[in-house]
Amino acid sequence: MSELTRLTAAELAAKIHSRETTAVAVAQAHLEQIAATDTDVHAFLHVDTEGALAAAAAVDAALDAGQAPASPLAGVPLALKDVFTTKGVPTTCGSKILQGWIPPYDATVTRRLREAGIVILGKTNMDEFAMGSSTENSAYGPTRNPWDLHRIPGGSGGGSSAALAAFQAPLSIGTDTGGSIRQPGAVTGTVGVKPTYGGVSRYGLVAFSSSLDQGGPCARTVLDAALLHEIIGGYDPLDSTSINAPVPPVVAAAREGARADLTGVRVGVVPEFRGEGYQPGVVGAFETAVEQLRALGAEIVEIPCPNFTYALPAYYLIAPSEASSNLARFDAMRYGLRVDDDGARSAEEVMSLTREAGFGPEVKRRIMIGTYALSSGYYDAYYGSAQKVRTLITRDFESAFQQVDVLVSPTTPTTAFKIGERVDDPMAMYLADLCTIPANLAGNAAMSVPCGLAEEDGLPVGLQIMAPALADDRMYRVAAAYEAARGGPLMDSAPRLEPVR
Amino acid sequence: MTTTDTADLMDYDEVMARFDPVLGLEVHVELHTNTKMFCGCPTAFGAEPNTQVCPTCLGLPGSLPVVNGKGVESAIRIGLALNCEIAQWCRFARKNYFYPDQPKNFQTSQYDEPIAFNGHLDVVLEDGEVFRVEIERAHMEEDTGKSLHVGGATGRIHGADYSLLDYNRAGVPLIEIVTKPVVGAGERAPEIAKAYVGALRDLLRALDVSDVRMDQGSLRCDANVSLMPKGASVFGTRTETKNVNSLRSVERAVRYEMRRHAAILVDGGEIIQETRHFDEATGTTSAGRRKETAEDYRYFPEPDLVPVAPSREWVEQLRTTLPELPWERRKRVQQEWNLSDLELRDLVSAGALDLIASTVDAGAPADEARSWWVSYLAQQANSRGVELDALPITPAQLARVIALIAEGALTNKLARQVVDGVLAGEGEPDEVVAARGLKVVSDDSALIAAVDEALAAQPDVAEKIRGGKVQAAGAVVGAVMKATKGQADAKRVRELVLERCQ
Ligand SMILES: [Zn+2]
Repeated sequence: MSELTRLTAAELAAKIHSRETTAVAVAQAHLEQIAATDTDVHAFLHVDTEGALAAAAAVDAALDAGQAPASPLAGVPLALKDVFTTKGVPTTCGSKILQGWIPPYDATVTRRLREAGIVILGKTNMDEFAMGSSTENSAYGPTRNPWDLHRIPGGSGGGSSAALAAFQAPLSIGTDTGGSIRQPGAVTGTVGVKPTYGGVSRYGLVAFSSSLDQGGPCARTVLDAALLHEIIGGYDPLDSTSINAPVPPVVAAAREGARADLTGVRVGVVPEFRGEGYQPGVVGAFETAVEQLRALGAEIVEIPCPNFTYALPAYYLIAPSEASSNLARFDAMRYGLRVDDDGARSAEEVMSLTREAGFGPEVKRRIMIGTYALSSGYYDAYYGSAQKVRTLITRDFESAFQQVDVLVSPTTPTTAFKIGERVDDPMAMYLADLCTIPANLAGNAAMSVPCGLAEEDGLPVGLQIMAPALADDRMYRVAAAYEAARGGPLMDSAPRLEPVR
Repeated sequence: MTTTDTADLMDYDEVMARFDPVLGLEVHVELHTNTKMFCGCPTAFGAEPNTQVCPTCLGLPGSLPVVNGKGVESAIRIGLALNCEIAQWCRFARKNYFYPDQPKNFQTSQYDEPIAFNGHLDVVLEDGEVFRVEIERAHMEEDTGKSLHVGGATGRIHGADYSLLDYNRAGVPLIEIVTKPVVGAGERAPEIAKAYVGALRDLLRALDVSDVRMDQGSLRCDANVSLMPKGASVFGTRTETKNVNSLRSVERAVRYEMRRHAAILVDGGEIIQETRHFDEATGTTSAGRRKETAEDYRYFPEPDLVPVAPSREWVEQLRTTLPELPWERRKRVQQEWNLSDLELRDLVSAGALDLIASTVDAGAPADEARSWWVSYLAQQANSRGVELDALPITPAQLARVIALIAEGALTNKLARQVVDGVLAGEGEPDEVVAARGLKVVSDDSALIAAVDEALAAQPDVAEKIRGGKVQAAGAVVGAVMKATKGQADAKRVRELVLERCQ
């Protein structure tokens, strides 16, 4: 393994910008690492070797010509979740129904990455249309957790987080609808951030649940995530739900936090997120983390959020309802898969047969749930009630943030479970997102930062930090302080965590 | 299908003796904003298929809508002109259904929170009576693409060999204006339906929000008709007739459905709640989609868009932009032009009044504007079998032709050729003049040569003129006009003939 792949994005950028190394050399090192490890890990659905090297060469040429770097991360490689459109590069969303589709346009996130000189290595694996918590719902086979190849890397963005843990990329992009950035971050020992809803443009993010979906940065360190956050964030006139306000100063907050002083910061612990179903090692690591925060000077308070317990059922009505409508466009008429069009069948039959063949069981399950929940006569009882729960959860957050600056909880109740362990039990699978869903429903910011290893299985645990909407910087400060106090990035302190080869 | 569908019809007088009709009219208006409702694509009619599209209006994965502010503005102005209340806060909603010309398989529309509601439109009938039609709502939505079903007998999707899809129209802003049930129309129901759509069309034209061309589909009417026994208060089962593409068709379709319903009902039959398709050629309707399994559109608020909350200041400011409304203009024009009620009614029923007024507004003298619309253009409309306002010439174009005559650049005869050119789609009047070479020949030397030639060819006539028989000049003038293909100014030719014979 090239030493270049062990570096953080900030370190790589410094070396590239000072011309100590080149963007091409960095890209090549990561492409080699992908070639060496991805047969096992399967983080990528598509590796764009040619595109990556060309982008890296362009960064080198500009720097050699004396131009200033296009951004603080110019020349650094990145793995992009296959749910963002990339002009000329396949985008499947982990689904057979989009097999072979080459988008004619770039998502706003993709465009901002390119403009920042970030080198996109390829597209990462995911649960089909981001529906899942293990990446086992990908139509192209599961991704494996680099910490233990028999275990899941979380989901839906398992590919993006596994790529970081396997040192295939120092940066990646995920999307978080109910925890799809944070939960994979937690179980792979990496950092995953769900920015405030509207903080990162959704234009070109293939929608699962429009009112919940949020793209965000993934990295091995808090500072790297912050640097990436400032590049992809900010107002986009192409997304009506995008917030027309400056990106919160997350990089400054991460640097401030790295001084490891949280004096005066009030941290709320959510008591609803412990007890039955929580692995003792996860609870242990979390409690240790809370003590470390206290040691950093933070004031620790318990803040009950009673309505958080209704978040999961509300989520499993709202997200499938919106998905049932968002996924209606996959009808074989304009792009993607088309099956059994023998000239005799009607358009309706071809649509139906294509959707039957092109969607996996979890996607079908959610389309059915959502279709039912929205149907006439049931709307008020299901979708309507779920929206009311959403309001109550938002109020819980509002009242909590009147008392504290951030809230903390474990990111997910357990460490990475075994591949296949929960595939036949959707309810068990859904529980993986128990702690992460409230922030999606309320739209505020939340992130997961590595918080050591669980005692019983030695697997990574995540600390979730939640902040008010538009105050993403608060959680970065706490995360960076905690990271420094815990002894630096988890991946660095665990050399035995080389991918099993 | 059409043959088995031919229904028994009841005599209209008998229908009225036994039943009361209830109407419901849904009018879709395509706004003529420069861009579509949720993306920046142009909306021009008639472009090559699938050339005015982008990821958003094609519904590509990942694309998102952005509301066209001009569309909202037009919707509010329409609402105000229809005496509606304007919502303080409203949302778009998704109407979910699968159809190949619907790129996302949902239509971005409005559901229980329309931008405008509770209004009315006073409709003036031919005899001057005013009938108030209550407006339930006006809401914003997007148009679908167009399907062309090739092969098969019916031109509909079932039985077609294949279908072609054009998404140029997908996402064009639409305003749907829905009436409350129109009761108490009695025997005048078909006439009221026609007059309502006509009044609405005139209003929308005056607001300058739409081309309101029924023949091109920028104004579309669905007519809901039901009958209840005389004196009853519970509405009967309704049918919804689509594809009603002219004012005359609105009247015919309503009348046809009333007679068809009545025949079924007196036979003890039941009306099937369904959409029906109006056939312009036969004047009949045929069954379309059955609605017995009430379609469930699974409406829910559009999560990709933020609510629309027009400030009261903006609404009041838009109220000040409302133009003189058509019925107000009629009153004014009647006084200014000194028209009797009968003359006014004739012009209105010929659909000419607003066109004349607009032509006058564009700078033409009233007499000439009137004469063009009621004679030459009326003939053209007649021979094409279309309404006057469906002729592809605008009042502004006609005003330009009239101005060219006044300048002496065109004779009346040439002017008609210019109008023919505009009607044939050859462009603006000046472009037609240039392309067809239709200019009054005013170069005297060329004319003199032509006159001399004509005089030489008819020496006996020349002799008569020289002998003082001035009226004989007509034959020579005719010959010159013929030789110059009518492009000479006849008055000038006559002068020259007389000059050359002195
Ligand atoms: Zn478009």
